[in-house]
Amino acid sequence: MLVLAAALARGTVSGELQQAEAPLALVGAHLFPVAGPEIENGLLVVQDGVIAHVGPLDSTPIPAGAVVRDVSGLVILPGLVDTHTHIGQVEGGDSSAPLQPEVRALDSIDVLEPGVQRAQAGGITTVNVMPGSGHLCSGQTVYLKLRDGRTVEELAIRTADGRIAGGLKMANGTNSRRDPPFPGTRAKSAALVRERFVAAQEYARKMADPDPEKHPPRDLGLEVLVEALEGKRIVHHHTHRHDDILTVLRLREEFGLRVVLHHVSDGWKVVDEIAKAGVPCSLIVVDSPGGKLEARDLRWETGRTLSEAGVSVAFHTDDGITDSRLFLRSAALAVRAGLPRDRALEALTLAGARMLDLDQRVGSLEAGKDADFVVLDGDPFSVYTHVLETWVEGRKVFDRTDPRDRLWAVGGQGAGSPYVPPCCGEEEEDR
Amino acid sequence: MIRPALLAALFLTVAQSSAQDIAVRGRIVHTMAGPRIEDGVVLVQGGKIAAVGRASEVSIPDGVRVLEAAVVTPGLVDAHSSVGLAGWLNYAQDRDELERSAAVQPELRAIDAYNPREPLIEWVRGFGVTTIHTGHAPGAVISGQTLIAKTRGDTVDQAVIVPCAMVAATLGAGAVHQKGDGEGQPGTRAKAAALLRAELVRARTWIEKRDKALAKSEPVERDLRAEIMADVLEQRVPLLVTAQRAQDISTALRLQEEFGFRLVLDGAAEGPLVLDQLRAAHVPVIVHPPMFRAVGETENLSFETPGLLRKAGIPLALQSGYESYVPRTRVLLFEAAEAAAYGLAFEEALGLVTIDAARLLGIDARVGSLENGKDGDIALYDADPFEYTSHCVGVVIEGRVVSDTPR
Repeated sequence: MLVLAAALARGTVSGELQQAEAPLALVGAHLFPVAGPEIENGLLVVQDGVIAHVGPLDSTPIPAGAVVRDVSGLVILPGLVDTHTHIGQVEGGDSSAPLQPEVRALDSIDVLEPGVQRAQAGGITTVNVMPGSGHLCSGQTVYLKLRDGRTVEELAIRTADGRIAGGLKMANGTNSRRDPPFPGTRAKSAALVRERFVAAQEYARKMADPDPEKHPPRDLGLEVLVEALEGKRIVHHHTHRHDDILTVLRLREEFGLRVVLHHVSDGWKVVDEIAKAGVPCSLIVVDSPGGKLEARDLRWETGRTLSEAGVSVAFHTDDGITDSRLFLRSAALAVRAGLPRDRALEALTLAGARMLDLDQRVGSLEAGKDADFVVLDGDPFSVYTHVLETWVEGRKVFDRTDPRDRLWAVGGQGAGSPYVPPCCGEEEEDR
Repeated sequence: MIRPALLAALFLTVAQSSAQDIAVRGRIVHTMAGPRIEDGVVLVQGGKIAAVGRASEVSIPDGVRVLEAAVVTPGLVDAHSSVGLAGWLNYAQDRDELERSAAVQPELRAIDAYNPREPLIEWVRGFGVTTIHTGHAPGAVISGQTLIAKTRGDTVDQAVIVPCAMVAATLGAGAVHQKGDGEGQPGTRAKAAALLRAELVRARTWIEKRDKALAKSEPVERDLRAEIMADVLEQRVPLLVTAQRAQDISTALRLQEEFGFRLVLDGAAEGPLVLDQLRAAHVPVIVHPPMFRAVGETENLSFETPGLLRKAGIPLALQSGYESYVPRTRVLLFEAAEAAAYGLAFEEALGLVTIDAARLLGIDARVGSLENGKDGDIALYDADPFEYTSHCVGVVIEGRVVSDTPR
């Protein structure tokens, strides 16, 4: 450990140096590119926030003028992608209606709260920040890069046309069953969702009229549902029980939605149906089954089972259900239950990137992709391994040797936030 | 870089001797009563440990079933949990860990609520836990009593080894009124402390009446609340005080000094801020699980709290703790693993969930280490027990295999 620390100290390079355009060459680490096989003695070259080169050290010359840093003995992964988190004290819809697609998570996020720092400390570089699951539709999610910034706009990921990227959060099962105007049954839940998507289809039809005079008044909610209907906005759907999972697949089929299934506790019961639909799954891994009725049959084997059936599998923290600093652990427990290691690493990175439509930019160590990576002091799936550094777009956003960063990583006086997040309709009688 | 996978456990069934005779052979045996033994054997006869030593030194009688594993430890002792009262489904019918109708109810016995068939008990047992201190959860000024059980048995009587272990109290925000609480719940932390003091004063008054009655050979007036609190005041039963903030820890110590009960501190997220005070008070601490959520009054907790308190010489044990939502219970083995990853040596972390926990609970004559005469409670693993990707491959309680599904 001391040797590793010394290796780090030798080559510490500040983010500012990066701005001087000199390439940074990280030399000798064990690289897990995810997009390709492991490289035991690797060379990772970063320039202008982008990965310039990834390969074995002995087969490529280090670029002239590069700042060379010896990271031998260390491990480098792509920055982790968390497909489902609630950091930033995010909020979504209120208790006025069960579907509130017009509400934007963007308008509620505090990027200065400790959750963001803790996620950086866990090696997470890209997140889908979601409003909660107490609604059939609790609003629009937002995709962030965990850059060091002071506003949500500085962290936001933008699509090619300059818009802030995000999906749509939906839920079924028990969390969204509440007192009126919320639904009281599963069938009613599905009916309310269908009603709104039918309305959105009608809205889209009218808005397509060449005569603007015939357009209906602008509807902030319906226009977002239209984006989902057109596949421009991915539906991130909270669902646990096997029949609820199938209900999501049924709605997807009816409305042609692009869906990612989230949590999927009962997924192992309907593997064939999920595989046939070709729908990706983002799983949560918690330390014991239950805690709520519909998570009773949650199994750590679900990742393996779905993966073996050809389903794309990612993990998420659902922070604060699990801790962003321990995101690697979620995949490690799936490995414990039989998921192959390479699949588990993909599930933390590239698979999640695909579920957010961001795989052209993040999720693997490949030339041309964003220079988002994590430096570890050991095997990614060992309890004794710690995240030493997290880099986003060529800038170091977490450094365990920095006392302030270490405080976020480990905890202690001053690390906290007195905020207690409301959780998943937890206040409701029937969870 | 990848830790070598050690021997997977191999179960060899031989002609049965007594139902509670078994031998466990491990490439590494952590007895927690001395240095680890390479290629060791633990022989259990009649449910008790009859011999521990190197395989070459312990002779296994003919017909005794032999289990083998890479790593062998004592069965784990969870110093504080709520499973058995807290049920996995977490709906009204299996949520028995916290009665919210009043702030002070020490008369609530854990034995009247413990469900030994609760699936979460089987779950934690699968990760090596053979003894649990469980009962009424934090969340009321006095929420009720706790018990100590083995993680086996179909009835509470078969499971329990200490029917009333402690009385559970809470100070700080955790004791303060929440939505759904009944009348008389405190609205501030000072009020919570005042209610706790009032209850102790009430018990003192009852003790005086009792002693007068006894002196005159008159019948003693029954008072369920006062009787159990008298057990606390007269140091027969410790008061387990959950306190996370530094000021609440100080309050617990202040009350202990005022009333002289046996205090066991629970949680202590900000314990590192009051180390000197803790050390001076010689109070044992059942520290929060490292992976407990850092929100609200535990906002400043640290993965390193177990390490910091242990290094300060404070009598310490680790717990799975109480969870009101998901996960419904944490797994003690995993919490010990994080303690090892954040500041403790392997044996130190293992001690917090075996012999140290047994000592703190006062049951170390019976469990917590692999020593002659102790219960044959043993956990088996296929590699380093703390590694995320290792498995607990077998669990033995009093010589009987209670779990053999790798988990």
